[in-house]
Order: sequence, then structure tokens, then C-alpha cells
Amino acid sequence: MTQRIIGPFSRVEGNLELRLQIKEDRVAEARVSSQMYRGFEQMLEGKKPIDALVITPRICGICSVSQSVAAARALADLTGAKPPPNGVLAANLVHACENLADLFTHFYLFFMPDFANPAYRNEAWYGRVAERFRAVSGSAAGDALSARAELLHLMGLLAGKWPHTLAIQPGGSTRSIDASERLRLLTVLRRFRAFLEKTTFGTSLESIVELSQQDQWHQLSEPETSDCGRFFALSRNLKLDQLGRGGNAFMSFGGHAFEGESLFAAGLYTDRWQPLEADAIAEDVSHSWMQASPPRHPREGATKPTGMDDNGYSWCKAPRLNGRVIEVGALARQSVNGNPLALDLLRSGGANVQSRILMRLWEMARLLLAMENWAELLVPGEPFFEAGLASPQDGEGVGMVEAARGSLGHWMRVRNGLIDRYQIIAPTTWNFSPRDADGQPGALEQALSNAPVRKQDDENPVAVQHIVRSFDPCMACTVH
Amino acid sequence: MANFNMLWLQSSGCGGCTMSLLCAESPPLFEQLSWQGINLLWHPALSEASGQEVQSLLSDLEQGRESLDLLCIEGAVAQGPDGTGDFSRLPGTGRSMMSWLQGLSTRANYVVAVGSCAAYGGVSAGGDNPSDATGAQYAGERLGGLLGEAFRSRGGLPVINISGCPIHPQWVLESLASLVRGEMTLQDLDELGRPRSYTDHLVHHGCPRNEYYEYKASAQQHSQQGCLMEHLGCIGTQAHADCNIRLWNGGGSCLRGGYACINCTAPEFENPGYGFLSTPKVAGIPIGLPTDMPKAWFVALSSLSKAAMPARLRENALSDHQLMAPKIYYKNKRR
Ligand code: SF4
Ligand code: SF4
Repeated sequence: MTQRIIGPFSRVEGNLELRLQIKEDRVAEARVSSQMYRGFEQMLEGKKPIDALVITPRICGICSVSQSVAAARALADLTGAKPPPNGVLAANLVHACENLADLFTHFYLFFMPDFANPAYRNEAWYGRVAERFRAVSGSAAGDALSARAELLHLMGLLAGKWPHTLAIQPGGSTRSIDASERLRLLTVLRRFRAFLEKTTFGTSLESIVELSQQDQWHQLSEPETSDCGRFFALSRNLKLDQLGRGGNAFMSFGGHAFEGESLFAAGLYTDRWQPLEADAIAEDVSHSWMQASPPRHPREGATKPTGMDDNGYSWCKAPRLNGRVIEVGALARQSVNGNPLALDLLRSGGANVQSRILMRLWEMARLLLAMENWAELLVPGEPFFEAGLASPQDGEGVGMVEAARGSLGHWMRVRNGLIDRYQIIAPTTWNFSPRDADGQPGALEQALSNAPVRKQDDENPVAVQHIVRSFDPCMACTVH
Repeated sequence: MANFNMLWLQSSGCGGCTMSLLCAESPPLFEQLSWQGINLLWHPALSEASGQEVQSLLSDLEQGRESLDLLCIEGAVAQGPDGTGDFSRLPGTGRSMMSWLQGLSTRANYVVAVGSCAAYGGVSAGGDNPSDATGAQYAGERLGGLLGEAFRSRGGLPVINISGCPIHPQWVLESLASLVRGEMTLQDLDELGRPRSYTDHLVHHGCPRNEYYEYKASAQQHSQQGCLMEHLGCIGTQAHADCNIRLWNGGGSCLRGGYACINCTAPEFENPGYGFLSTPKVAGIPIGLPTDMPKAWFVALSSLSKAAMPARLRENALSDHQLMAPKIYYKNKRR
């Protein structure tokens, strides 16, 4: 058995370190460590509740709007604010735009460059793939950056700027748009659709969202002309459907509702859908660099870091649902949503590198179609915002949303008009949690066990990198 | 030919400055860098290399075996707990960011702090500052920070503070171009070490609400079109940045988004001492009026201009869309 410490880990958000025990040519045991702590939950104490809208987005620059939406929901829960239909649509558009940009950025800038890893230099496909996907200088990076920047014009229009907008508030959106701006919005969406259909999928978005079986998809996306097809070819060649096998409990907080209908359902999926028991969430700190305490629901939780001591190995806490390790993200979200394609993927190979990436790609198509629909439903001239009700002196508020990487929750308690407790559980906190008091490894720790370590890999096994990046971790969020 | 070596490190921040930088357009980021002749040695969010390879690069740079033209720091420097810097470590190296940044900055020709966290501590130093975060050469408004008041990089400049939370991509790219071309001098930085190219403007300049401001036609709640200064916390008249001239994401800005400027390019913006989204007042008069105007005059002028407020502005200021369009002026009054 040899031990390897891997870091820094590029193309993930924030400071991630892995500690691997390697036996022969496999990972026997993994420990995942978050190496940064900023202390947002402590910073929020004593602030005015509404200031959470300024502070919490700055937990993360990559899912900043998801943090805003969670904070706005918690505040709405506290104050009873009810945004008008336009406000809901605008917030959905801004939130979905970030989700979409996030999934897109991950695919092109974070995940695909792994196939340009020199560990693959002897593969027949290496030259072509590296030319397309090499980080920074690959042809895909340039294409993707232009398309991404143009998509984010939606943020310029509806949110003022991105990241760190204040447009999303409990009462709706501060930015109302007129008829001509609505047309600009549709143009932005149209242009991004063209990119996705021509370059990413090689087929229409409609044909992607209707898929119910992975085999059908292989035939749709050409391996020579679409990036999605290129991914299929690589995935088949490298058997990515057998890599990074996860557990079998998936959660989603659901979301993007409009007039009573949710685009994505909330719940838990194991071998069937179950309702979400949000009260059964508890954060364990037995292996974190935190003051010892029994597992607590975030409503009662506290965040008290110690120094780096031997009892822990991460600044991350270990959230569990009814004591269970949970995986979150696009695959989880779509399984909970009853998506036939997601269920087909789970049946054939469970959660793995390929199924995680495919559902992320699928969601891009789904989100853009939903966004076009919401943009059509906006009614210029009607209100976007309801005057904020005064925040009560004492009370509690909860905001639970889905960020691109999975379930995000904010739990806020107010005393004497000021925040007296604010607890946050981010998606990567679930996926990259350390062990709990029962010794159960977190979701990534499980997915890493048994990962192959190839001879041509030097210190940093490429299979490990695929697995880690298939979760698209955001370490800034994880610990906050 | 790319020959200006740049290393980018992320310390205690949210990565949002990088995410914003990726929004650079015409041309996109990587093209702008290569056009400028910048060779990106490593960036944690963007580069291929991980692990051992990066560790060797960093120690080569620190030991002077490879030249470092530019060190970009994103995120604040966590000094806690108890001065160890352990709250932010460079993974795999067993060393804190604090110690890496100290080592590498002595080797760099130029050090650029990207974003308000790196410049002054920013939101990472908010509240009681649980991680004991500081900026590269400032701790809030005070000179000092990690590297100390006297620090000058090998190229003779203090840390260049491209503050903002996040930064506008072009603030960074223009500053880099000016460094590569050897055109950046001390005179190009303001008193807080920020490039004057964007901080010699106020956010108020070019704000679409300027006409409302003239007459003190104020919005009472967010989403309304009036000026946000009187009630809703806007400090655009004091905030140094060209956000309403050089727009964001294809045409936006905070004020265009319908919410207040919170002066995120300034040190200590994170602890305003009042709620961000409402204007603190003393005897009904907003505190924190424009910095270069006597208060008494401001009050006198305000009441005059309020009295002169056109009906169009009075109506529109309190609505989320235009109720009254400006009147058309005809040369020939008797048509
Ligand atoms: S300055 Fe703002 S955007 Fe940049 S890293 Fe800090 S919190 Fe994030
Ligand atoms: S909203 Fe702010 S920046 Fe705009 S005119 Fe009023 S004070 Fe100036």
C-alpha cells in the first residue's frame, strides 16, 4: 500500500487535496480534503437579514446567483414576500442562465481538457482530441468562451452584471424589462441555441430533451462533428461508464417553478422516488477541523473551526440525510425528476463518470428550452417586484434551491431584527464530504475507491482526475 | 511570441474574479492574452497541469530557476487560525497560501491583486473576519497587509490593486497590457494603488438615473426608475469606477440592474456599518453625500431641484417602467 497526496488540483473551483491509499494498480481508499475556510456563516451573524443578499453570493463566483436565490427564498420565507409572475420568470431566467453557463463552462473548460492529458499520448485519437480540447489553447476553449460571454449578456440585461448581482430579491427582480429588451433577450437565447445545436450537440435541442435511452443519443451526435459525439467516442474508448461508480442515494431540492409547476421535482431517489425529508438532514463534524459536536440539523447547527488537528482532515462538514451519504448534481436531479434517460443510465451503470456528464449535457438543452419559454411569458409593463415586507424581529427562513452542482440550502434565524444564525449546505459539501462518525466515506470518496492507476500515469492518475471532475466540485462553496 | 510569464494564484476568494474575467469579449480571454504576449504559466481554474507538475513549477519560480514577470493574486490572504495561514493552503504542498505568496512576490517583476479580496481583504474580511483575512498590501484602508507598506516588486511598483467585487474583465486586461508594454508607472495608480484608468471615474458618471438625481426624483423601492441615492443605499457618487461608462456583460451595470452601487471597488466596502440596501440618514438627510460638495449647498440645491421636478420624472421615478415619455419639441409651435 502506498500513499499519494494529490494537489493542487486544477480546473476545479478552489483548494482541493486528495489523499489516496493505493494498492497495486487501484485506489484502495480516498480522503478528500477542502483546504480553505472563509467563515461566511460567522460573518453573517449580527448583520441585517437583507444583507445576506450582498454577502452570500460572494461565497462563490461560479454559482453566485444560486446563492442569491437561496438567500432570497430564505428571506421570502421569513417575510412572506410573494414576487409577481414577471419577477418569478426573471429570477428563473437569471438562475437558469447561470446553471446553463456553469454546465457549459464545466464541459468545455474543466472536464474535456483531461483528454489532452499526456497520459493518453499513445492513443490513436490523441492528436485530434488534444487539438480540440487542450486547456487554454485548444480550439474548443476559444469557441466556448465567445459563446459563453454572449450567453451572459442575459445577465447584463436582467441582472445588471454577473457574478454578484443584487437583482434577485425576495420580492422578485429589481430589473423590469420593456418590449424591446425582451426581444434582445430572445436574440441572446437564439444565438446560444445555435451554438449548442451546431457545435455541442450536432442536433436540435428538442431531439435531445426527448431522449429516453442513451443508445439513441449515440446515433444523434456525430463523433466527427459535434463535441458531444466526441465525448461519446472517448467515453466508449475509455469505458467511462465503468469509472467513478457512486452510491445509490440521490437528492434534489427541485426548482425553477412557475405558477405551481416545477421544471425539476424535489425528492430523494434510491431505487424509487421518495419525498424529501428535509428535517432528516444533519451535519456531522467528526472528521472536520471543527469543534466536536453531535450531528445537527442546520437549523440548530453552528460553525466553529479549530486549527488543523489530527481528528479531522477537512474544513468541510459531512452532511447526511437520515444518516445516509447522498450524491447531488444533474444526474441526481434528473433521477429524482423521473427523467427516463437518467433512469436508463442508472439502470445500466449507476452513477459514473459518463452518466454524470451526460445528464449535465442533457440539462443544458432542457434549460435553454425552458428559458425560451419563460422569456416568451414575460409581460412588459406588468410589475417585476413587490415591495419588500418589513422583516420580522424574530423568525426563521429557509431557502432550498438547485445550483448546477446540486442541492443548496440556506437556513437563517433572526433575533431582534438581526441574523443570529445562518447555516449553509452547498452541493459540493454533500459530494465532497469527509467521513462521518460511522466511518462512512463521502460520495466522492466512495466513487474514487477502486479507481485504476495506470502505469503511464505519474503522480496524478488520470482516471482519478476524470472522477473528481465528473462532479464539477466547487470548493469555495463547500466550506464557505 | 508569448514571453511575459504570468502566474495566477487563488487564495481566499470566491473565484468570481476569474469567472468575470472569462466574460472578456472581442476577442475572448485566451486570445487577448496571447495577443498581448502573455504566457500563462498556471491558473488553478484554467490550466491543464495539476499536482506534482505544478509544485515543481512553483518551486522553480520561488527559487528563481524560472523567471516570473507577473504574479496575479485573486482572493484575500487568510492569516488564521493563529497566524498559521492554514485557513487557506495550497493543496499538495503542505504550505499556506500566505507563505507561498510571500515567497513568490519577492521574485515577481510585478504583483497584481485582482479583486477587492486580494487588494484589501474584501468580503473575505467581512464581519469579525473569522479567517483573519487581509489584502496583499493593504488591510482594509490601511497600508500594510501581507507584504507590508514598503513592498516594491522587482519592477519597482507597489502591488497594483485592481479592486472590484468582481473585477470588470477589461480593467484587468488593460492593466496587464500596460504592464507588458512597460507603460505602467506610479502616476497611473491612485492613492489606493488602483489603476486610474478606471478609478478616475465615479459610478455616478453615465448612470441612466442621472436625470432623476438632478431633481432628486428618488425611487422608494427597488425596481423603480428613480435615483437610488436618497433611500436605497446607492453610493455611486462616491464610488470610483467606470461601471456606467464601460458596461458589464454586454450592457449592464448595477444601476441598470435596478439596485444600488455598494462601492465594491473601495476598501472596507464589506462593512458599511449600516444595511447595504438602505440609505442611512441623520435628520432626514442622507449621510455620505458626494465627497467634493459642501453639505449645506447640497441640501439647499436638493430642495430647490425637488421643487422644480418635472411631472414626468415624478411619475416615472416611482414606477418600474416609463409612464410618461419625454415631450417632443416642435420648432414650429403653431402647427
Ligand atoms: S473580490 Fe469578490 S469576486 Fe473577487 S474573489 Fe473576492 S469575493 Fe470573489
Ligand atoms: S442611482 Fe446612484 S449612481 Fe445613479 S444617479 Fe443616483 S446616485 Fe448616481
